[in-house]
Amino acid sequence: MRKSRLWSWFWIFIGTLYFVVPLLATFEFSLRARKGTLSFLAYERVFKDPAFWKSFGFSLELAVFTVIISVLLIVPTAYWIRLRLPQLRGAVEFITMLPFVIPAIVLVFGLIRVFSGPPLPLTDTYFGTTALLVAGYVVLALPYMYRSIDIGLAAIDVRTLTEAAQSLGAGWGTILFKIVFPNLRVAILSGSFLTLAIVMGEFTMASFLVGIKAFGPYMSLIGQNKTYESSSLAIISFILTWAFIGLIQLLTRGRAEGQMAGAR
Amino acid sequence: MSNKADMKKASHNRGVSLTRPSKTPWLTWLGVAPFFAFTLFFIFLPSASLLVGSFQNNAGQFTLQNFIGLLTPSVVNAYWVSIRISVVTALLGGLLGFFLSYAVTLGGLPQWVRAALLTFSSVASNFAGVPLAFAFIATLGRTGMVTALLKAWFGLDLYAQGFSVYSFWGLSLTYLYFQFPLMVLVITPALDGLKREWREAAENLGASGQIYWLRVALPILTPSILGAMILLFGNSFGAYATALSLTGGFLNLITILIGSQIKGDVLLNPGLGYALAVGMVIIMAVTTALYYFLRRRSERWLRI
Amino acid sequence: MNFLTLTNISKTFGNTVAVKDFNIVVEKGEFVSFLGPSGCGKTTTLRMIAGFELPTTGQIVLDGEDITFTPPNRRNVGMVFQSYALFPNLTVAQNIGFGLRVRKMPVQEIDQRVKEMLSLIHLQQFGHRYPYQLSGGQQQRVALARALAIRPRVLLLDEPLSALDAKIRVELRSEIRRIQQQLGITTIYVTHDQEEALSLSDRVVVMKDGLIEQIGTPFEIYNFPQTPFVASFVGTLNVLRAKVLDADKGLLSLEGQTFYSSEPLKQVRNGDVVSVAVRPEIITLVGGGAELNQLNCRVETVTFLGSIVRIQVRIAETMLFFDTFNNPHLVLPQVGAPVTIYFPREACLILELTRE
Ligand SMILES: Nc1ncnc2c1ncn2[C@@H]1O[C@H](COP(=O)(O)OP(=O)(O)O)[C@@H](O)[C@H]1O
Ligand SMILES: [Mg+2]
Repeated sequence: MRKSRLWSWFWIFIGTLYFVVPLLATFEFSLRARKGTLSFLAYERVFKDPAFWKSFGFSLELAVFTVIISVLLIVPTAYWIRLRLPQLRGAVEFITMLPFVIPAIVLVFGLIRVFSGPPLPLTDTYFGTTALLVAGYVVLALPYMYRSIDIGLAAIDVRTLTEAAQSLGAGWGTILFKIVFPNLRVAILSGSFLTLAIVMGEFTMASFLVGIKAFGPYMSLIGQNKTYESSSLAIISFILTWAFIGLIQLLTRGRAEGQMAGAR
Repeated sequence: MSNKADMKKASHNRGVSLTRPSKTPWLTWLGVAPFFAFTLFFIFLPSASLLVGSFQNNAGQFTLQNFIGLLTPSVVNAYWVSIRISVVTALLGGLLGFFLSYAVTLGGLPQWVRAALLTFSSVASNFAGVPLAFAFIATLGRTGMVTALLKAWFGLDLYAQGFSVYSFWGLSLTYLYFQFPLMVLVITPALDGLKREWREAAENLGASGQIYWLRVALPILTPSILGAMILLFGNSFGAYATALSLTGGFLNLITILIGSQIKGDVLLNPGLGYALAVGMVIIMAVTTALYYFLRRRSERWLRI
Repeated sequence: MNFLTLTNISKTFGNTVAVKDFNIVVEKGEFVSFLGPSGCGKTTTLRMIAGFELPTTGQIVLDGEDITFTPPNRRNVGMVFQSYALFPNLTVAQNIGFGLRVRKMPVQEIDQRVKEMLSLIHLQQFGHRYPYQLSGGQQQRVALARALAIRPRVLLLDEPLSALDAKIRVELRSEIRRIQQQLGITTIYVTHDQEEALSLSDRVVVMKDGLIEQIGTPFEIYNFPQTPFVASFVGTLNVLRAKVLDADKGLLSLEGQTFYSSEPLKQVRNGDVVSVAVRPEIITLVGGGAELNQLNCRVETVTFLGSIVRIQVRIAETMLFFDTFNNPHLVLPQVGAPVTIYFPREACLILELTRE
């Protein structure tokens, strides 16, 4: 008994080390911008860089649009599948898993091939390119968003709720916006925060479609010539990720035992 | 609206009372139309386009030449490096993740350790890409903290020993940062599914702890462990941003190769690029299918 | 011949006392049930016998050997769990043979024993199936065979039937008794279902809050409960709040009518109010014999339950019910009609008193 607990603590120690050491190293590194002393100079420089705020804001916008479109696309679909088209359940679940099979790099390759010329020349315009990127992000977020919402729907017996609402004379719009969405609040929010976490630092798709306008490619550019700033950006990203995951845990009161996203 | 529908149904019923009223099926299907339209445009069309492209030559005629082109040494090497790094990080990450998960589920540690580990794992499995590469450069780069400390404390000069954070093993260590947390997240439910009664039944029948693990617990967990490791494999096989930011495209991974193909056709043959992508999707499809097969199997066991 | 002895056993988990001062002597081949409401310490006691919990105090002796601190895998006692606990990765035959393989028995002998066990539980054709391919009842029979295959010194069963449907439960209940009799194995059976305990056991241990309330044969437990708890937990009861008119004669009064208990009332003064329990099956609508108590009441409800008819009657504020066997010629009393009920003096169990 005692021996096995010691063994457990040993592994926790190793895991903690692996987790903490790179963060410590990065943090320490980010403080070394001024020769000889530790300072927050690198952070100051980052925060003073207009490009930082611009790319951050741009990615945040992309993320917000991704969340809105994802929710509007997935909630009604998942709801309708549970209510009226259970025979499509398998097919939809299969589709939502496809982003695992098609890595982001392949997906963006295909998107560029399809949408960079007639008959669908989306990449010709600024708006079109941005829209295409948002669409790509919706696909990336699909597995997590769908799973979160489907679990949420499973918890609230939508069929009975719908029938009760209908018997009281509610139409579809009322049902969807006054009943389904509010009851799925936690599921939607936790799916959204995960989407935010995925999109904010996304590099692969952004670098091919919009370049350094987005936060991920911007960070990458900084990394190529400014060492200390890149460390501070890593710390900022980490805090951001932590905040999103923390919000999810808070929302679900730790019931969401783990949120996972794919590799980037 | 529903009232109107009901009324329509009722009148319909009176008219043709013998057949079941058709509930305007196309209206029902309209509910999922946006989803299918979206996925058609942004998943199926791009995939199909790559698939078609992979069977065409520069003039747009059918050819198998692109797939034969996959056999050129540099391409084979890229696949091979990608597979190797995925296998290595899946195995190492899988082991570390498993032991961590074991520690917090069956290892007799207090509850807060479990909660902390799961939260950390959620964060770390999401912390990938550009910033992760920066972090490991600051850790294991030439002037990184760990590199310096190892030299100062143990006189161990990593770089003199041939190690580099930009190398295969450097990238593997970096990938492990999101691999083992993912393992923790995936395998913890399986370890939770091991019933206390199984252990007790085994002991009751005379088995030692070791025999219980060998004959009962490990066989029950095997599909879950394999499945999780396959998931880890796919996770690193598809990774691009981390590798590119870390090695600057130095390491010849399949994703990096595809990336440079998108940017500027290094292979001088777009068809070959599409074939690369298709090959990658096939590998991912096989691993994902295996994962689901194994997961189904372990669910069947763990539910009893 | 005391085969299994538990002496002064107690168990505390942190602040909860799960079992206290538990003493029992079980004879070889005996079938003993632990009966009590959920949380009364039955499982804990059983797990101490199996070795999964160490007693806080006391001693467990099995067949002359002190096993109080023997690890579970050296005790050679068989255990059947409520949740079956079959190993899902092993076939039925492998599950049954698990304990034998651990003991390094030769393969032929294992096969032989497994075959015997399969025929004992009437599942000869199922050796190659996996647990998930069996029904709950079948799984529990396999679990029983697995526990018996090692020829344990004692068989322990922890609510083995409570996860099953009512019908299977009754079926498997008689199966367990048959197998126990056939093998003559000493058995401890934990249950919260009094019907199971009464129908299966040689002796029943009724427990409450970690303490033994009464040990006795099912007949004794049912007919001569020694505490109010045993009386109310085992079987169903009518409870009448009656006033003592004459303690020496056992004369009681209920809503202005009088009746007698079988014996003089001890430790009770005239004017005290006591709770009197009367089993429903003993009340009849047919009088005769001056020894019978009789009470006049009004029919409240008549419920047809198939083989029996349950009649509820009212005496002012007091409700009573009793059952009569159904037969097609039965003339049922009308609701609201006045009836007289009869019950013998010996049927009155005095539960507790409240002094005013
Ligand atoms: N491992 C344990 N830790 C703390 N308390 C326990 C544990 N096991 C049992 N108990 C407590 O001991 C009491 C008796 O439990 P148990 O023996 O399982 O009752 P029964 O089987 O009669 O339902 C209960 O109050 C229960 O909460
Ligand atoms: Mg119990």
